[in-house]
Amino acid sequence: MNAKESIKNSVKILLFFTLLTGLIYPVIISGIGQMLFSIKANGSMLTKNDQIVGSRLIGQKFTSKRYFWPRPSAIDYNPMPSGGSNLALTSKVLVQQYNDNKAAFIKDNLLKDTASVPSDVLFASASGVDPDISKEAAVLQVKRICEARKFNAEKKQVLLNLIDKQTEKRQLGFLGEEVVNVLVLNIKLDEISK
Amino acid sequence: MNHIFDLLQFVVYITCLVVLAPPIGSYLAKVFSGEKNILSPVFSKAENGIYRFLRIDSLKEMDWKEYTFALLAFNLMGAILLVVLQLTQQYLPLNPQHLPNVDLFLAINTAVSFITNTNWQAYSGETTVSYLVQMTGLTVQNFLSAATGIAVMIALIRGIAVRKGNSLGNFWVDLTRVTLYLLIPASVILAILLISQGVIQNFLPYANVTTVEGLKQTIPLGPAASQVAIKQLGTNGGGFFNANSAFPFENPTPFSNFLQMLSILLIPASLVFTYGKMLGSKRHAWTIFGVMMFLFLTGLAVSYFSEISGNPIFHTNNIMEGKEARFGIFNSVLWTVATTSASNGSINAWISSLTPLTGLVAMLNIQLGEIIFGGVGSGIYGMLHFILLTVFIAGLMVGRTPEYFGKKIEAYEIKWSILSILLPSVVILFFSALALSVQAGLSGILNKGPHGFSEIIYAFSSGAGNNGSAFAGLNANTSFYNILIAIAMIFGRYGVIIPTLAIAGSLVKKNITPVSAGTFATDNVLFAFLLTSIILIVGALTFFPILSIGPFLEHLLMNLGITF
Repeated sequence: MNAKESIKNSVKILLFFTLLTGLIYPVIISGIGQMLFSIKANGSMLTKNDQIVGSRLIGQKFTSKRYFWPRPSAIDYNPMPSGGSNLALTSKVLVQQYNDNKAAFIKDNLLKDTASVPSDVLFASASGVDPDISKEAAVLQVKRICEARKFNAEKKQVLLNLIDKQTEKRQLGFLGEEVVNVLVLNIKLDEISK
Repeated sequence: MNHIFDLLQFVVYITCLVVLAPPIGSYLAKVFSGEKNILSPVFSKAENGIYRFLRIDSLKEMDWKEYTFALLAFNLMGAILLVVLQLTQQYLPLNPQHLPNVDLFLAINTAVSFITNTNWQAYSGETTVSYLVQMTGLTVQNFLSAATGIAVMIALIRGIAVRKGNSLGNFWVDLTRVTLYLLIPASVILAILLISQGVIQNFLPYANVTTVEGLKQTIPLGPAASQVAIKQLGTNGGGFFNANSAFPFENPTPFSNFLQMLSILLIPASLVFTYGKMLGSKRHAWTIFGVMMFLFLTGLAVSYFSEISGNPIFHTNNIMEGKEARFGIFNSVLWTVATTSASNGSINAWISSLTPLTGLVAMLNIQLGEIIFGGVGSGIYGMLHFILLTVFIAGLMVGRTPEYFGKKIEAYEIKWSILSILLPSVVILFFSALALSVQAGLSGILNKGPHGFSEIIYAFSSGAGNNGSAFAGLNANTSFYNILIAIAMIFGRYGVIIPTLAIAGSLVKKNITPVSAGTFATDNVLFAFLLTSIILIVGALTFFPILSIGPFLEHLLMNLGITF
């Protein structure tokens, strides 16, 4: 057995593949990505009044009564780093958060005490920046937003139609769940309020 | 909740796997034997060019000790390079956030984690490592640790198939072929598909934006797609970002999620057919595939029904804690079961916040040694040890010398097989016991009650099983855990690789006895049944006590409405 040769070959092969899979490969993928899908490759940024206001894919915090609110986040929508709560289903802390979220959602959105609230807005997401909520959760916020923006019945219907239009169907007809992108919805909401 | 769509996604997923695995497996059999294949016109010149350019003797035959030494030397060099890159990243280019050098113990833990195909992450990608480290360190080892695993499988096949030989092949050639003909082309295709869905791929500094409400938000960026592709294809799992494939930049749509889930199991499943083809028995491949699929579906069923059956604490059957809205319950569960069956540490939902029974299935999948499809290469050679054990026990029952593909299985092989099955188990149990009895271990726990116990058990199972996922409430970025889990990962990886190559080295020297009426068949339902029983008896019995006082106890308490 030639140990020296094995070590020498190790170094050579390692450096070669570091060059190939560590530099050439990602650079070529970046080139192709920038050429074919540059907006997506650069983070699907959204603009409002020519200012970048965030990414379509990264949820952001909304607290004003004039906007749709996203899901609870364990990192308060600051993805440095991203993450979830990692709380167990037998955690008292989680039960407390769940009950608080439910009470707050019902109170803030002017719903009946017995209203059934979809669970996506009661539980924190995995990434901490989930960009989506369920359609149901969006519809339940309409009353509050209309009150805050002083929308009349007609405007309210426009808003409900907007939610319908913004609801993303299951991809290819069967993959995933139906959701609404909160940031996109809020940007459109400001547009219809003008 | 729409169970019809869950069923539809399930059927499409399994169908894709069953339809795609056999042809890919045949293609790989040709590649590994050096036969002409569909990509030879593209790569055969390049392959020979690499050997010439690097002055590597590609015709040199290695016996098992040389093969093992080359592998260990290569992995060691990889670890050293990866540590050095992390310890110097602030002086190196492609660090737009000016991230400081990584702490020594964390750097060692991460290096070991990536060379062993574990991808345990005590760090958060977006706040700890530069783009250069992600690319030239972590991405590279995602390729090479996967190729290492597959190389071991190829050497093993030679050991079984060759009559009275000595050589297991050439490690450098196997490594190069796997990377060139399989991992690179597959990653290029997947990476581009992922970018089309919104996975990012750029070298920009992080975006500091002012949100619609006027708040500040920092959005991390980087060359993610190229790393995410190989992280899934190579059963690695290390996320570019902390939230891994739950983070929208790594996994933005249900379709990107489907592609990644398919990539997680596709190569491990295909390699079952490569194994069968190279040994000349398609039926044996289907038998192993059947056993794997049975165990996979059982785990999936338990997890799925435990998730949708609701519980008395939350009064809902749609618990979304730690899950993403676009994926929902079904995709989160399927992902978890697929990644823990394979040795893929990626997540799209936090396992810690899934139901206790889903956590139990995930843990058990890992503790069985990740042989339900398993890691690339390692799934097959892990399964071999159970196969040898089954053949041996069946042989004892009928009083004949056990054989496998005409090779006599004797005390030497069985000793190594037992070692490779026991060693990771001992590491899991011993290290967990240690962590549970000292303050340095206990202080990392997040959740109280049996779940806290599970966090520690899971960490060492994940390390020794080279999986990489976590009950991530545990704060594992401490010197105690960084060192202990690094040791667990080394034992778990090389404690199986070395026995495998030793067995291959012993088998290759043996004559092949012709099949006779007394030969115990390894390609029928009876064998599948025996193999499943051996896997469950050996695996489950070892871990039954800790699973009972961890996730199973939590399940019972949860159903009584008890919280901690």
